[in-house]
Amino acid sequence: MKKLRIFKSHRLNRSVAGNGLLFFLMGIFGVLMALPLVMIVNNALKPLDELFQYPPRLFVRNPTLDNFVDLFVAMNSSWVPFSRYLLNTVIITVGGTAGHVILASLAAYPLSKHRFKGKDTLFNLVVLSMMFSWTVTQIPNYMIISWLGINNTYLALILPACSYGMGLYLMKQFMDQLPNSLMESARLDGAGEFRVYMTIVMPNVKPAWLTLAIFQFQQMWGNTGAMFLRDEELKPLQFALQQIAAGGTARAGASAAVTFIIAAIPITFFLICQSNVLETMTTSGMKE
Amino acid sequence: MTMKHKRGEGMRLSPQLRRSLPSYLMIAPYFILFTLFTILPVAASIVLSFTDFNMLEWPEFVGWTNYIRLLVNDDLFVVALKNTLIFAVITGPVSYLMCLLFAWIINEFSGKLRAFLTLIFYAPSICGNAFMIWQIILTGDRYGFLNGVLLKWDIINEAIIWMKTEKYVMPMLIIVQLWLSLGTGFLSFIAGLQTVDKSMYEAGVLDGIKNRWQELWFITLPAMKPQLMFGAVMQITQSFAIADISIQLAGNPSVNYAGSTVVTHLLDYGTVRFEMGYASAIATILFLLMVGTNKIVQKVLRRVGE
Repeated sequence: MKKLRIFKSHRLNRSVAGNGLLFFLMGIFGVLMALPLVMIVNNALKPLDELFQYPPRLFVRNPTLDNFVDLFVAMNSSWVPFSRYLLNTVIITVGGTAGHVILASLAAYPLSKHRFKGKDTLFNLVVLSMMFSWTVTQIPNYMIISWLGINNTYLALILPACSYGMGLYLMKQFMDQLPNSLMESARLDGAGEFRVYMTIVMPNVKPAWLTLAIFQFQQMWGNTGAMFLRDEELKPLQFALQQIAAGGTARAGASAAVTFIIAAIPITFFLICQSNVLETMTTSGMKE
Repeated sequence: MTMKHKRGEGMRLSPQLRRSLPSYLMIAPYFILFTLFTILPVAASIVLSFTDFNMLEWPEFVGWTNYIRLLVNDDLFVVALKNTLIFAVITGPVSYLMCLLFAWIINEFSGKLRAFLTLIFYAPSICGNAFMIWQIILTGDRYGFLNGVLLKWDIINEAIIWMKTEKYVMPMLIIVQLWLSLGTGFLSFIAGLQTVDKSMYEAGVLDGIKNRWQELWFITLPAMKPQLMFGAVMQITQSFAIADISIQLAGNPSVNYAGSTVVTHLLDYGTVRFEMGYASAIATILFLLMVGTNKIVQKVLRRVGE
């Protein structure tokens, strides 16, 4: 009897009919979901005449890299050297992503596993805060950032990002699943709470913080910083790329290349993190 | 109690407080920033909802005026609220179940194929304005993809201007929103499925679990309850706050307000008319709506696997 190898071997109770049904479902929906990816890649490779063709076609017929050449030309004529935008993006994205993952998980651990006064109130505040529309909090937010004197600095983007509600909630939910005995044995060995957090808790919730890193990276990468950053020297790549893409008809080619790059960076980060989420599966045998 | 006694207690922390000190130290950095950048702005917005504030002059206290105007005199808010509730009732649960279903199916695959499928299904959420592809599909002339197909099959005999025809706006927006639904909840479910203890599946077989559906209900879902709760909150915040796709595909204002939602209404007042007090009142009402829904949903979710 032949068995489909692509399904996990350790799983039991799997009927062939069921597998067939799943394949069918995934095929149909997969095509629908992949549409934007297919469109972005094809548009980036289209020569100008195909980009302006009406009605538009999904697939490229004479693929070319001209659009990327156009983009590099536009980059070189920018006011501030492009490497500067790149540096800004690296600082903002890495700061906001690492900062949020670390601070949120550090706070999630006591909220999940310790007993202390006020912890339920704090946790509920975080969950509820996610339900308030950010459109109207923007102005108070702007005033606070000015009051702190961090307007027009990287910190204006990084610090608020560190305190988003979602990360703390996500981390706490995953930590709730860890059995208490796991931490107890480390404490008996004399480990302090910070050590327990570093060596026991975090390795065991690796899928959670890798997933959080994906969300946060996307957020930070998509941020143009237009609200807080006035100096051109501080603005991130996203801003510069969107400026080029907004160049109208003359920049249509470069604009297609920009769309491709704006999507490609988070996708690359996504793939790195996701493949690690999958790896933990084989190594985490530490659960009760 | 004497002063001396009190001071002594203050300097030498009470035993309870001292035991909790590491906990407080660990949460401090996050919660200091959280207070500054979330609690204070939200509190300020709620205060502003009781004022008349045009963003140029100092806000003027007006009591419940904004709320009364909103709930009694604003006919467009009623339309927006109705649309938002339709979105929430339909796309909320359906999106949630889709996230769960697809995460679970993808979890059945292994290795590279799995990572690839995750990417494909998450793609609409990672590609920025991915929903703009629907603009091509829903183009109103006969070159639009949907019109083309329907004309070819003789289902319609002239092109339909989808996003400018009142009766099609909501159904189309719902379809696009469902297509976009595999986002935050979906990825957290994928990660949650990783943390289910594998030995529980083997124990399940001994306990008489016969097929994958029973396994899902009795083992997998109860084991990932924390993720289910998280996914539900994310779903609520998303389905009640639908605005972007409506503005991009149907315009703001949309034809006869067919696609207006509470958040498009809010954006109209907050970013176009600069009536920030009124916009804050809308945000506060929306907030209360979400909090109430969350209460109900969390109650339902506690019963999973019973």
